[in-house]
Amino acid sequence: MMGGGGGVVIPSFGHGDSCVTGDHAFCWGWVRDHWGDTLGPALWQHVELTLIAVGIGFAIAFPLALLAHRFPRLEQPFGAFSALVYTIPSLALFQLLVPFTGITWTTVEIALVGYTLVILFPNIVAGLRSASADVVEAAHGMGLTRVQVLTRIELPLAMPAIVGGLRIAVVSTVAIATIAATLLPDGLGYPIFLALKEPTPFKTEIYSAGVLAVALAIGCDLLLVGLRRLVVPWARASA
Amino acid sequence: MTLADAANLHTFVDAFRFIGDHPVFLLQKAAEQLELSGAALAIAMAATLPLGIALGHAHRGSGIAIAASIVGRGLPSLVLIAAFLTLLGIGFVNNMVALAVLGSGPILTNAYDAVAGVDRDTVEAARGMGMTWRQILAKVELPLAVPLLFTGIRVAAVTIVATAPIAAIAGGGGLGDIIVNQASYRLSGVLGASFCAMALSAAVFVALGGLQSAVTPRGVRRTSVNEVPERKESL
Amino acid sequence: MSQAAEIVFDHVTKRYAGRDAAAVDDLSLEIPAGTFCILVGPSGGGKTTALKMVNRLIPFDSGEIRIDGRDIQSMPVTELRRGIGYVIQQIGLFPHMTVGDNIATVPRLLGWAKQRTRDRCVELLELVGLEAADADRYPSQLSGGQRQRVGLARALAADPPLLLMDEPFGALDPITRVRLQTELKRLHREVGKTVIFVTHDIDEAIQMGDRIAILREGGVLAQYDTPDAILAGPADAFVAAFIGEDRALRRLALRTLAEVPVEVSDTSKVSDTLRPETTVRNAISLMLESGADAVNVEGRGVFRLADVQELLR
Repeated sequence: MMGGGGGVVIPSFGHGDSCVTGDHAFCWGWVRDHWGDTLGPALWQHVELTLIAVGIGFAIAFPLALLAHRFPRLEQPFGAFSALVYTIPSLALFQLLVPFTGITWTTVEIALVGYTLVILFPNIVAGLRSASADVVEAAHGMGLTRVQVLTRIELPLAMPAIVGGLRIAVVSTVAIATIAATLLPDGLGYPIFLALKEPTPFKTEIYSAGVLAVALAIGCDLLLVGLRRLVVPWARASA
Repeated sequence: MTLADAANLHTFVDAFRFIGDHPVFLLQKAAEQLELSGAALAIAMAATLPLGIALGHAHRGSGIAIAASIVGRGLPSLVLIAAFLTLLGIGFVNNMVALAVLGSGPILTNAYDAVAGVDRDTVEAARGMGMTWRQILAKVELPLAVPLLFTGIRVAAVTIVATAPIAAIAGGGGLGDIIVNQASYRLSGVLGASFCAMALSAAVFVALGGLQSAVTPRGVRRTSVNEVPERKESL
Repeated sequence: MSQAAEIVFDHVTKRYAGRDAAAVDDLSLEIPAGTFCILVGPSGGGKTTALKMVNRLIPFDSGEIRIDGRDIQSMPVTELRRGIGYVIQQIGLFPHMTVGDNIATVPRLLGWAKQRTRDRCVELLELVGLEAADADRYPSQLSGGQRQRVGLARALAADPPLLLMDEPFGALDPITRVRLQTELKRLHREVGKTVIFVTHDIDEAIQMGDRIAILREGGVLAQYDTPDAILAGPADAFVAAFIGEDRALRRLALRTLAEVPVEVSDTSKVSDTLRPETTVRNAISLMLESGADAVNVEGRGVFRLADVQELLR
């Protein structure tokens, strides 16, 4: 019913619900009815979009960060580049990619991965640097190889910053992914986008999709905060 | 490979032609967008800057600052714009308010962090010298807080300008009008306007960077003006 | 109890590009196995540089360093380092690991069995004056002195024949420092390894060293001998100035009433009695304070102020 491309102004599929026809502030009835065909799928699409973007973004940012850690000269050019990328309006970026990859998930994902990268890269690099000089010196002096110093010392100590970066990246991606709706009928942005196209936008649709998007963002944020606690037992133990 | 390449090049050439053919129109749209953004930024600053500075000075309400940053990050712009459309109708005001809310997060958080983060010893020395609270705020805390504070404003400004195109679907005008209207303007128009939107955000970013350098008191250690702001809002 | 290594510096030189003076200049030094050798001198004297050359954290330009006759360049560097205990001033405990895991680092690198590692860890904790229960705590929960003890335990974990220590007590408060110095000396007597210890504090050096190597600016060896010998005969004006004008008194601080020549004579005329552990220097100080010219050494005899000069010959 939603897939037909029509908005919901006066529902014509048999529910003469007064709440809906009158476009009151929030209609639970509508939400229940349309969870299965609109909100539910949109939510899962959104989760999928986010996970793919953050996953790929991390897969690229992590080795790049390791390289920059080993060869610090690489970091400078990337810093300026990141700052500029982040100023590009997502709407514009999506459109600019269309000639290359068409109106597909790939286009959206490339843009999302781009934004994720510029968040994750500096955070991972900063994390790797956070091991203090004396700790690293002691490690080398004790006979750990370079790789061992990285895996046993620098990486574990980098975890807080990495998880912090992931937090920001995930939350940002959830938000930006709503804009994908201007290109594709996917994600939680789509119900909102459609509703806005109508002369009298249907409030419930907007609010329910909106609340879900925000809830998704906050939920992920909290999950990652919990992850951070798990990953940093030594901070908890501070007397 | 060659055919696809030709197609791509072709579309971009068309896009630039579009820009060349309609300079005045695009400038008009850009001006519209800047107007909306400027108004939103002004409101955001008026609402949150004093609050952030006051809280930071009193070293209270850090929870509010943290909440502002979380809200600022997690609030999808589309949701905001749509919500305010339903509340305030379609047009200029609803978008201005939505964008103002969007920009408030970074301004509030950074204002708080900047003022609260001024070295306590410095403030104490000032107190010891007999400065009143007003004088301390004006002569010590604010000048030292400028870099971080201004960064917050800059982040907010760029966020707002970069988000404004989306407001087009809620009657916000600006370059977004073209970008979401492929039916009327064809792909060349959409791409041309997209380039312009990109350039506009970048220009604001750079211009404010220059302004920040000018406004920062000499001798105050500056955070790198090219840092990717950590609390940057979503676009 | 365990093996100790002999260290030999053979005409070792290191220069940094763009500087006239060498960091270490033609240093030749023989450190017999089991010696507590102290490198001391003003900053810029190259003592830390010399230390770090032994475990190849700093490369050198010419000469050779041998451990038990083996050139340190002839073996893989990680193998070299795993056979040397290394303690630095800021300690460098790994904050994300428990005390026990910190100590177990090198044994694990060497592939020791779990039980053996655990036993060794408990043994070391007791050796350095901590408790077995401390193994589960994190470095952030310990005081500065406790952390340095853990640092020491960590360095000793794999039972290396050589210990390198770079101003390990410099960051501690004076009371803790004295305590740790005493304990380290005790440990050294028990464990008997070769120790190369860097400090800029001449008092610490005299207190702790079996042999002292004084390095002057430009990395030149000024004198290398036992503390007493250096105090008795400084090699040149620099050394004399470095150890201070009160070197005669310092020599006397190294000796106690247990070893001085005494007269077995009429003790009734002597009012004060001191225990044999009292240093000669303190005894003199007490005599000057009370105006006496002799003291009774408990269980031995009478020691006269007038005989002090004899001691310095």
